[in-house]
Amino acid sequence: MNEGRKDIIQVLVILVSLVFLIKLFAIQVLDNKYGKLADSNAILRQVDYPVRGLIYDRNGKLLVYNSPEYDVQVVAKEIKNFDSAEFCKVFRLTPEELRKAFKELKQKKEYSPVKLTTFLTQLSNDDFARVQDRLDDFHGFYVQARSSRSYTTSAFANGLGYVSEISKNQLAKDSTQTYKQGDYIGQSGIEAYYEKYLSGKRGVRYKMRDVDGIDKGSFKDGELDTLSVPGQNLTTTIDLDLQLYGEFLMQGKSGSIVAIEPSSGEILSFVSGPSYDPNLLAGKYYSQNFKAISSDTAKPLFNRPLMAQYRPGSIFKIAQAMVALQEGVITPDTRVYCNRTIINCHGAHSNEDLRGAITHSCNPYFHNVLRRMLNKGKTNDPFEDTRIGLEEWNTHIRSFGFGAPLGIDLPNEKSGLVPNGKFYDRAYGGRPWKFSNIYSIAIGEGENLVVPLQMANFAATVANRGFFYTPHLVKSIGDSGTPLPQYLDKHYTTIDSSYFIVAVDAMQNVVQGGTGQYRASLKDIIVCGKTGTVENNPPLADHSVFIAFAPRDNPKIAVAVYVEDAGQGARAAASIASLMIEKYLLGGTQRKHIEDYVLRGEFLD
Amino acid sequence: MDWVTVMLYAVLVLLGWLNIYASVYDETIGQSIFDFSLSPGRQLLFMAAGVVIIIAILIIDMRFYDTFAYIIYGAILFLLILVPIIGKEVGGNKAWLGIGSFGVQPSEFAKFATALAVAKFVGTIGFRMDNLRNQLMLFVMIGVPMILILLQKDTGTALVFTSFLIVFYREGMSPFLIIVGIACAIIFVLALLVENNIYLYAVIGVVWAVLVFFSRKKKFKRIALLTVGALLVIGLLQSVDYVVDNVLKPHQQNRVKALINPDADPLGYGWNVTQSKIAIGSGGFWGKGFLKGTQTKFDFVPEQSTDFIFCTIGEEHGWLGSLITIGLWVVLMMRIIFIAERQKNRFTRVFAYSTLAIMLFHFSVNIGMTVGLFPVIGIPLPFFSYGGSSLWGFTIMLFILLKLDAHRGQVLQRI
Repeated sequence: MNEGRKDIIQVLVILVSLVFLIKLFAIQVLDNKYGKLADSNAILRQVDYPVRGLIYDRNGKLLVYNSPEYDVQVVAKEIKNFDSAEFCKVFRLTPEELRKAFKELKQKKEYSPVKLTTFLTQLSNDDFARVQDRLDDFHGFYVQARSSRSYTTSAFANGLGYVSEISKNQLAKDSTQTYKQGDYIGQSGIEAYYEKYLSGKRGVRYKMRDVDGIDKGSFKDGELDTLSVPGQNLTTTIDLDLQLYGEFLMQGKSGSIVAIEPSSGEILSFVSGPSYDPNLLAGKYYSQNFKAISSDTAKPLFNRPLMAQYRPGSIFKIAQAMVALQEGVITPDTRVYCNRTIINCHGAHSNEDLRGAITHSCNPYFHNVLRRMLNKGKTNDPFEDTRIGLEEWNTHIRSFGFGAPLGIDLPNEKSGLVPNGKFYDRAYGGRPWKFSNIYSIAIGEGENLVVPLQMANFAATVANRGFFYTPHLVKSIGDSGTPLPQYLDKHYTTIDSSYFIVAVDAMQNVVQGGTGQYRASLKDIIVCGKTGTVENNPPLADHSVFIAFAPRDNPKIAVAVYVEDAGQGARAAASIASLMIEKYLLGGTQRKHIEDYVLRGEFLD
Repeated sequence: MDWVTVMLYAVLVLLGWLNIYASVYDETIGQSIFDFSLSPGRQLLFMAAGVVIIIAILIIDMRFYDTFAYIIYGAILFLLILVPIIGKEVGGNKAWLGIGSFGVQPSEFAKFATALAVAKFVGTIGFRMDNLRNQLMLFVMIGVPMILILLQKDTGTALVFTSFLIVFYREGMSPFLIIVGIACAIIFVLALLVENNIYLYAVIGVVWAVLVFFSRKKKFKRIALLTVGALLVIGLLQSVDYVVDNVLKPHQQNRVKALINPDADPLGYGWNVTQSKIAIGSGGFWGKGFLKGTQTKFDFVPEQSTDFIFCTIGEEHGWLGSLITIGLWVVLMMRIIFIAERQKNRFTRVFAYSTLAIMLFHFSVNIGMTVGLFPVIGIPLPFFSYGGSSLWGFTIMLFILLKLDAHRGQVLQRI
């Protein structure tokens, strides 16, 4: 009776077993996510943070170092008998801050209740000392030592840049998967440009642990573990004393000072005014300080030497002169009548040769010179003729490093602008243009744009009589003693070296008897310079510009100063430039009245 | 003596012992498998006691089990009544009777005792399964221990007694009841799995339409019946949410929820299922090797030596180990069916099927919960899970069967 039902029961046994075997096959063999989950459960990946490289000035003075800071990490599942009031007391938090910290903890992408997750960041050394003894009372909380940047002085902030937690965007772009959320990365300046040298290599230790997070020894006997490699130290080209002096002189002003050693392209001083204290962007209060600094209307984070694009003004006449000589449209002896009906001019002069025209910054002279360059009569069409001349002119000017980023070892360098035919086609919307439309570029006004770094590089190029090394801020990576290879290449301009003697003579005259004589000349050193007064939008005062190098023979320093809204180049900029030269070559100034004049900052009448 | 079953029993118990060792093994300490302060050492003691029990069972006259079936059943019921009164609480469940530091769970012994009583009752000469009074009596026999065990809040063990339905089915009870029960369970699970009841209503509608369309004879009556059936199913569906929210206790609700979506709260009610699946799933095809598992031995899986012992097999021995384990079980269960069917005596056959049904239930629910196919119902995997009461309960049940089977010729002579 009912014997057939035995078969159904047998089928039931087989069926259940088959379902189990299929399900097991699915999760054990087909789906490999469980293996990964098991690893993240039981294997703790402990990152060994390397020490970030230190940064020195050219004379071995320390600029940037590391100071210890501590992150509090937590394994949520291990929290037991948590006394929140006591925790707040020990860690000096308000209950709201603690609640916020827990809320943020759970929102973190890498959050897992069984994994170490960062809970509080950047406890200072003092905080840590206070908390250390009490940490055992809070089960599940651990401290991870890290280091944050500290700065010996507040100088050179925009050049050094800052370090902060990697952003979501940067994390997404990190194709090599080197960084994890919470890692520090150089965000600007040298810290960003030399990130891969400074950061070193992180080590990783894999440790096994049980469900309570208790250490169960190294995974696979440590065969996957790697040691951390400390970051490389950098020696910058900056002369800290000169840098501090430059920032001292720039206080209360907007603008830049860039000083270069012409024979190497090493940047001796790199001042961006106004600046900020880099210590504010290191450590615990980074985010609130960053907010304040980045919303400052004076733009202290704006790295003016590389990013502020200005019209160059009269200093550009030297470049015009060199190009005109090279093109053969004038000789040093060519004289042009100072016809102020064409274009305005200033000072008492009437019919100068080339040297005289530079010395007195004669506008009609260079108007004439540019016409000779742009309209060589190669065709009868005045429009086409200007275009041909402009392209030739453009090639020469660009060879000085204008119109494109020079390639300094900092991010976000701007290119400036050297107009060409295409540019004017666009600017004029296809309508024809010729010399009479564009002649203001003759005197460094009009469409020309340069950044202060390019001006300093230009001064160095004249000092070198026709070539330059790409300006750079790091002269030695690690113990190598050499900068990046691209900074060892000499770049020649398209101008024959022999023509530069005219520029050098004229710049000497500017300081000794021309527009710059009162404030730029030094007693024992022959300074060569050129003033510039760049038109600004009224009612704002003109920008004050000065480029210089010294001594005349075997120049040791080339400098460009740009002071916004400070009037004539012969005043603020020339004073600052000569003080910088004096400081660098003589160790300090004997012209206290000039220094006071600069510090007083009343450059307008 | 059926030596095939004895061998299978020995292999399963030994494998269980090794896996209990693996589940508590800690490389940094390097415990001994013979350390009597730890579960593998104690399990060895339980196994030794098991051998004593086996010998006792084999020595006792086979007629004892038939004769004293009701008395054994009654005695166990008495113990079950004692448990809530003088029992001690272990792990939240008051299911233990203790003498000093030594405790037993009477509920583990209630299984074979009930099996004896049911076998005795069904084996009575003149017993007819289609008699409604007999059926009612059988439900009372399994219902009383069930309720007493439910009073101990041990829902898992109580549910084991529903497995007697398989025995009743084999002995001639109409499958209608079983089918309705299984259908209700399926509908219950479907109602939980499918978020939107509209899909289920649509399926019911289609099934109803198809059945109506193909029923030629007695059309009116058929349609009426089908409509009533469909409405009943819809009513059941509607009541599921009510049952889950209002009838089940919070921890039971959570277990059901964990089955449906363990990722919703992986730390809370989903923890067991999630960690269990991680452990088993990380074993791969070949497994991580004996004592090489990280999930079970580092305590990520809760109850890893008792209810979740299968995780250790899955993690350390992979799919292959799971296949062998499940294979051994299938062979054992098929062998018991084979033994049951060769009995000429109804008492032994019913007892054999009871043994099979209880083992099948444990096997299905235990492995089903570790791989996430059933809610977490805390019942052990027979012979594998750590614990004296469970091991002895199943040992007694299996060896009574083997004793009865060994004397099957004698029984025939007697009748």
